[in-house]
Amino acid sequence: MLEVEGIHTYYGLSHILFGVSLNVPKGKIVCLLGRNGAAKSTPMRSIMGLPPPKQGTIRFKGKTIKGKKPYQLARQGMGYVPDNRRVFADLTVGDNLEISERKVGAAQTWTKESVYDFFPALGHIDSRKAGFLSGGEQQMLTIARALMTNPEFLLLDEPTEGLAPLIVEVLEKQISKFRDKGLTVLLAEQNQKVALGLSDEGYVIDNGVIRYHGTIEDLRENEEVRKKYLLV
Amino acid sequence: MSKGIFSLKSFGPIAALLIALVILPSIIPRFYIYILAVIFVTALLAMSLNMVVGHGGLFQFHHGAFYGVGAYTVALMLTKTSLPVWVGFVAAPFVAAFVGLLIGLFCVRLTRLYFGMLQISLGSLIWAIAFRWYSFTGGDDGIHGIPLPSLISSTTGAYYFGLILLIISLIVMFLIFKSPFGATLQAIRDNPERCEAIGINVRRHQLIAIVIATFFAGIAGVLFVVVEGSVFPDLLFWVFSLEIFVMCLLGGWFTFAGPILGAAIMISLRTFAGIYTEYWTMILGIMLILLIFFLPEGVWGYLVEKFGFQRKKSLEKERQ
Repeated sequence: MLEVEGIHTYYGLSHILFGVSLNVPKGKIVCLLGRNGAAKSTPMRSIMGLPPPKQGTIRFKGKTIKGKKPYQLARQGMGYVPDNRRVFADLTVGDNLEISERKVGAAQTWTKESVYDFFPALGHIDSRKAGFLSGGEQQMLTIARALMTNPEFLLLDEPTEGLAPLIVEVLEKQISKFRDKGLTVLLAEQNQKVALGLSDEGYVIDNGVIRYHGTIEDLRENEEVRKKYLLV
Repeated sequence: MSKGIFSLKSFGPIAALLIALVILPSIIPRFYIYILAVIFVTALLAMSLNMVVGHGGLFQFHHGAFYGVGAYTVALMLTKTSLPVWVGFVAAPFVAAFVGLLIGLFCVRLTRLYFGMLQISLGSLIWAIAFRWYSFTGGDDGIHGIPLPSLISSTTGAYYFGLILLIISLIVMFLIFKSPFGATLQAIRDNPERCEAIGINVRRHQLIAIVIATFFAGIAGVLFVVVEGSVFPDLLFWVFSLEIFVMCLLGGWFTFAGPILGAAIMISLRTFAGIYTEYWTMILGIMLILLIFFLPEGVWGYLVEKFGFQRKKSLEKERQ
């Protein structure tokens, strides 16, 4: 579904990603693990073109996406859930979802109703302004907003960051359902427990370089890698 | 999204205000009728600017250019051609919107201050044309004695014409504000990057917003000609554009009706404080400083926050 080959990304003059390569097969949940500040978010942003890489190639559904604008990628079926839960604070929950609604191809898997079925907590607060929501509700809304674009592939950037354990459990349960719905997911996480529990494959990133790649079972057993790159 | 726009709660005060505005010309002196008509024109202009500034987050620093284009279009068509009056009235907003489209095409490639600076430059070109082309636009003298139909040439006629056009424009603007397009525009103001990530073509939306806003500025230009019976290049000067900007800030640029209040305050201040001192802008300056410190959301924004209209409404809906 997504192949990233040797991308180099810069923020201004700062070189952030050094030849990062990733492969996310269709229907799988792949996680990108790393410490705080290891540059987990940058590959996600770079895939989405915010900012695009200066070198390297990214292929989505077999086609190179170089030069494509973020909105064009979203319309091709790439959903993006940014970190920090940036909802549109002045709009209501319902409006946040309605402006995101897209039909990719002829199929429309997600509607406002089906999203509310998926996250019932949002259905009760349809007319509340997003700026008044709790952290967990905002995170649900950010994911729901991405679902409304009817993606085939979802970039989830630290969905559990700063949330209470109970909310993390709810989100974990819902994210695991994505696989059954045919969604492919690239999940950037700092929370090892969540990432190792959800994913099929894992990458470990540190200082903008991929240090490890393997199945989730290998990663679970590889104490050395986890100690070296993931423990604080 | 546009459900529940005209709630019963707000219908009463609006209806009362409208009845008062309809009756007023028969009880107040002509001077005040004229001032109210000027407020209508300026309020429409400020509202049109707020569509892009307050709701769209664009630094539209030279909105006066489109107002001037609307006013000059109708003035030139009425004085230089023998076309029916209504053709000029209808053409003006479209010409303003077309100029808005041309300038917008360049400006939306930039963001924030760069957007504003480019717009001031391009808008000033239009001002320079109006100011210098004596044989066509009358240069710095402008165009005076524009022939208008007798029905709207009197102060009272202009007042009612302005009131009707203002109400129609406000209803259309409100429907746009409450439509998915309006919500998208506010989302772009909040975070253009996130909007791109959910598949919104930010530039196209901004361009459409500019075209709509300049269309309404063109209508305000028509109203100006009806109320004043003349046009002059000052309408297109960038300093005037900043005045409209200040009206939006004064009333509350994140609210729908704020700019109307801002325009009313500004025109009243200019008219009534201007009787006593030519330095009325000093009062405005002090007001703005106080506003920034104590009412950063503007006067209307403060009222909304104080009485919590929107919050209460949303909580009521949730309970239902």
